[in-house]
Amino acid sequence: MALAIDSSQTTLSNEEILRYSRHLIMPEVTMEGQRKLKAARVLCVGTGGLGSPLALYLTAAGVGTLGLVDFDVVDYTNLQRQVLHSTSDVGRLKLDSAIDKLRAINPFVEIKRFDTFLNSQNALEIIKDFDIVADGTDNFATRYLVNDACVLSGKPNVYASIFRFEGQASIFGAEDGPCYRCLYPEPPPPGLVPSCAEGGVLGVLPGLLGVMQATEVIKLILGVGEPLIGRLVLVDALAMRFRELRVRKNPECPVCGTHPTVTELIDYNQFCGIRGEESEASTSVKIPEIPVEELKRRLDGGEDIFVLDVREPHEYQICNIHGHLIPLGDLPKRVHELDSSREIVVHCKSGARSAKAVDFLRQSGFKRASNLTGGILAWAERIDPSLPKY
Amino acid sequence: MPIKVLIPTPLRSYAGKQAIVEVTAQTVGEALSNLVVQNPDLRKHLFSEDGKMRSFVNVYLNDEDIRYLSKDATPVKETDAISIVPSVAGGR
Repeated sequence: MALAIDSSQTTLSNEEILRYSRHLIMPEVTMEGQRKLKAARVLCVGTGGLGSPLALYLTAAGVGTLGLVDFDVVDYTNLQRQVLHSTSDVGRLKLDSAIDKLRAINPFVEIKRFDTFLNSQNALEIIKDFDIVADGTDNFATRYLVNDACVLSGKPNVYASIFRFEGQASIFGAEDGPCYRCLYPEPPPPGLVPSCAEGGVLGVLPGLLGVMQATEVIKLILGVGEPLIGRLVLVDALAMRFRELRVRKNPECPVCGTHPTVTELIDYNQFCGIRGEESEASTSVKIPEIPVEELKRRLDGGEDIFVLDVREPHEYQICNIHGHLIPLGDLPKRVHELDSSREIVVHCKSGARSAKAVDFLRQSGFKRASNLTGGILAWAERIDPSLPKY
Repeated sequence: MPIKVLIPTPLRSYAGKQAIVEVTAQTVGEALSNLVVQNPDLRKHLFSEDGKMRSFVNVYLNDEDIRYLSKDATPVKETDAISIVPSVAGGR
């Protein structure tokens, strides 16, 4: 896989030569390789968990032009893993925070900012001025968008994704290599695969995977080693085991196959959402909801309401409102602990799991079960600010 | 014969928290059917309601995708390992 990066007009100043000296003395890099790095243009989609180490190391390594796409604001819960951002950056645009840090690390890197949500309207236009795309996004719709845009533009997509203790990395869309759709033709229906916000993620895991992405980006630019094309590396941080699986180019792939049916960008929210509607339709009718203010008022008024908490025990330890704890997964076998004649208000962290619990309870004959809108987070926000949020 | 099925972290809670489940089977399809019989909570994560393997879950025999072998009918040996690799999207 050779990238057409023209470094013939690129020179390094004495300051740059000193800065990159540990690269220059390696036969795999040399002056020529470092000039290639300087001539290269890499687009990082996302400056979060994966994007942080990616952007930090690509900047330090001297990648000449770094594009950053992000629309988000730094949140307090980001700091556990998004090492580009500091405590004092909470509330700032991630791009502002990222650019400050990256400029401080290496002023020789030109940073191009794209203060936007990557979408089907802007993706091809943004990607066209870059040689390589590194995908550090966090949802299926954007993953498929980045993949298709890279395939249609003929740019390699250096990919990684993470969940809890596990990560996956590969390079998609390289010449003659497979794409993300060859590996996974379709996304899961919404709700079946939890996000990091729901499922959690070990803070160092995006560090591990993001550094692997940065390594692959640099190898592609230098044209050295064996790029991670046609291979999927699986990282299990709990066991600290790395495994490798083959990814084949699918001749019937709708975007990179021999007779592609996707020849322009599509509506990715629809692509990733339609199946969700199917699965929701199969579940049930409308779930009755109760706002936190109403529950508070009625409990204070001495009404007989049984509060059921369907979160996990480790979440209960973080904060609780003295509900009876039965984790959602245990509800079917512990349902006998509940009294169907009483009014039951079910809550979880933000309302999704408790909606499933209410649906199950109502189908099991608990006609007086309802869902606490917004879960314990809404309670902490609007009723008892002394409760920690998580 | 006994064969190992490697369960990825996101699905372990549906398989009694086990990382490796041993099942008895002659083919990959048989191994997966026995896996969900032993761990019924896994079924909906691996198979759709009409019993088809879900398209966002890949199954590998050692390092090869079974779509490029003989799919469900791929024969297994005792030294083989089956991996279940679901798609994950996290990155922030």
